[in-house]
Amino acid sequence: MSDLTKEEMEALIQEVIEVYPEKALKSRKKHLAINDPGLDQSQNCITANKKSDPGLMTIRGCAYAGSKGVVWGPVKDMIHISHGPVGCGQYSRAGRRNYYIGTTGVNTFVTMNFTSDFQERDIVFGGDKKLDKLIDEIETLFPLNKGITVQSECPIGLIGDDIEAVSKKKKEEIGKTVVPVRCEGFRGVSQSLGHHIANDSVRDWVLSARDDDDSFATTDYDVAIIGDYNIGGIAWSSRILLEEMGLRVVAQWSGDGTLAEMELTPKVKLNLVHCYRSMNYISRHMEEKYAIPWMEYNFFGPTKTVESLRKIAARFDASIQEKCEAVIAKYQPEWEAVIDRYRPRLEGKRVMLYVGGLRPRHVIGAYEDLGMEVIGTGYEFGHSDDYDRTLKEMGDATLLYDDVTGYEFEEFVKRLKPDLIGSGIKEKYIFQKMGVPFRQMHSWDYSGPYHGFDGFAIFAKDMDMTLNNPCWSKLEAPWRQAGAKTTVAA
Amino acid sequence: MPKVMIRKNANGELTCYIAKKDLEAAVVSIEHDRSDCWGGELTLSDGSVYYLEPLSVPPELPITLRARRPNPA
Ligand code: SF4
Repeated sequence: MSDLTKEEMEALIQEVIEVYPEKALKSRKKHLAINDPGLDQSQNCITANKKSDPGLMTIRGCAYAGSKGVVWGPVKDMIHISHGPVGCGQYSRAGRRNYYIGTTGVNTFVTMNFTSDFQERDIVFGGDKKLDKLIDEIETLFPLNKGITVQSECPIGLIGDDIEAVSKKKKEEIGKTVVPVRCEGFRGVSQSLGHHIANDSVRDWVLSARDDDDSFATTDYDVAIIGDYNIGGIAWSSRILLEEMGLRVVAQWSGDGTLAEMELTPKVKLNLVHCYRSMNYISRHMEEKYAIPWMEYNFFGPTKTVESLRKIAARFDASIQEKCEAVIAKYQPEWEAVIDRYRPRLEGKRVMLYVGGLRPRHVIGAYEDLGMEVIGTGYEFGHSDDYDRTLKEMGDATLLYDDVTGYEFEEFVKRLKPDLIGSGIKEKYIFQKMGVPFRQMHSWDYSGPYHGFDGFAIFAKDMDMTLNNPCWSKLEAPWRQAGAKTTVAA
Repeated sequence: MPKVMIRKNANGELTCYIAKKDLEAAVVSIEHDRSDCWGGELTLSDGSVYYLEPLSVPPELPITLRARRPNPA
């Protein structure tokens, strides 16, 4: 529950969007809602996944970002070519903290930027020849790569290059997987379509590679982690819990993942989906084609982690369930100590979130474990099915904002006065300058991991460190503070 | 003619997913659900209705099918 009643919230939304011209007002109104946990379908209260209104500043990415930056980028033993001008790849290079093990430039390539660096003549005469040559160069310089993806930037679609033909030809020539990805930035309304396109390219060019090959020895306890990008090591802190309870993690999609892992995923018994938004597509496909069930889980905060571990264990036999209980019992004293220590310092604090993917709903439980309350949340690029899953997690009369604009977010913060904001780098400094404690929840603010029981300890420490930092009381200049001496030496 | 994916959720209920519309809704009723005929009119929990060409045997779920808007008759 927030301090405001439903009516006051309605009035607040109205007041904030009043400044818009009529057309923008009408469309923005549909993206702002007051939560009602009783609803089942979010479509009745909030609109999502629509094109942002021109002139409003929102913080979405493009389809290329969704494919190269999110889904494909972390696959560490493949080389991902940013096909097109140099900027798209260079300015986003290594920004996402997808941790991985390997020697960069020798057998892993995640933080490097490969680009075809389009010039005017490539736009005029086409870039297919250049791509062909580039792949040869890659093979000479980095022979240990396991495959190549061609991530199209905007111009590729505009000039009509045939990257599929080049990819097929090079695949024959070099004998490795070469995946053309049609993720030009202008497709779709946000990075979300890029996730979908990337999923489809995995389906079409990778997944069936080992369909007729039974040489991989499977067990009854094989699972894959789907939609975990190992940001600051989150996939690792999830993986150890799964392994401790006796499961065998065959693949990580795609944080610290490899091409071979992806190809082996059709052999697993269960797909564990963490980021539903970016990888539900491939999970649904595997369910249909390979009869692999999938389930969503949440490893943020002990309450949700325990719940998820039990839910996962329930899909297996008694030996796993026993081990699962043992794992929970083992970590219980650890997380209880964390809660005992930090809860008194954080109790009752109110948080507003604005992130992407799964976090606007998944991290709520972690805050609640610390006695904090999330009073507003929203997705950069969520769809209705994300909001369906959010309604139940949020309290009554809390605020939901889809694809929020900079202006709206600032106004909401001014009125609702949260004690902490969790959002991205683009918001960080605005709110810090407004004097509101802030944590980046995309990159864990260069900290993390936040998954699992180990992650929760870091999460709690980080939130405490940010919220109870003495700097927040020093923002006002000494001579402006109440009781300051007004006399100034001449 | 949207493509719909019919699957059973964790509780064993039929659900329908329409990627184009981001709609994931429970199937409230299905016209034919017998061993010799499966499909027909499908009512979803949000009230929308689709029509699936009836199949002569119930399919293995999940399955992706083409759905139509029901005939206005
Ligand atoms: S929108 Fe186009 S030009 Fe801009 S970053 Fe994305 S792919 Fe590159």
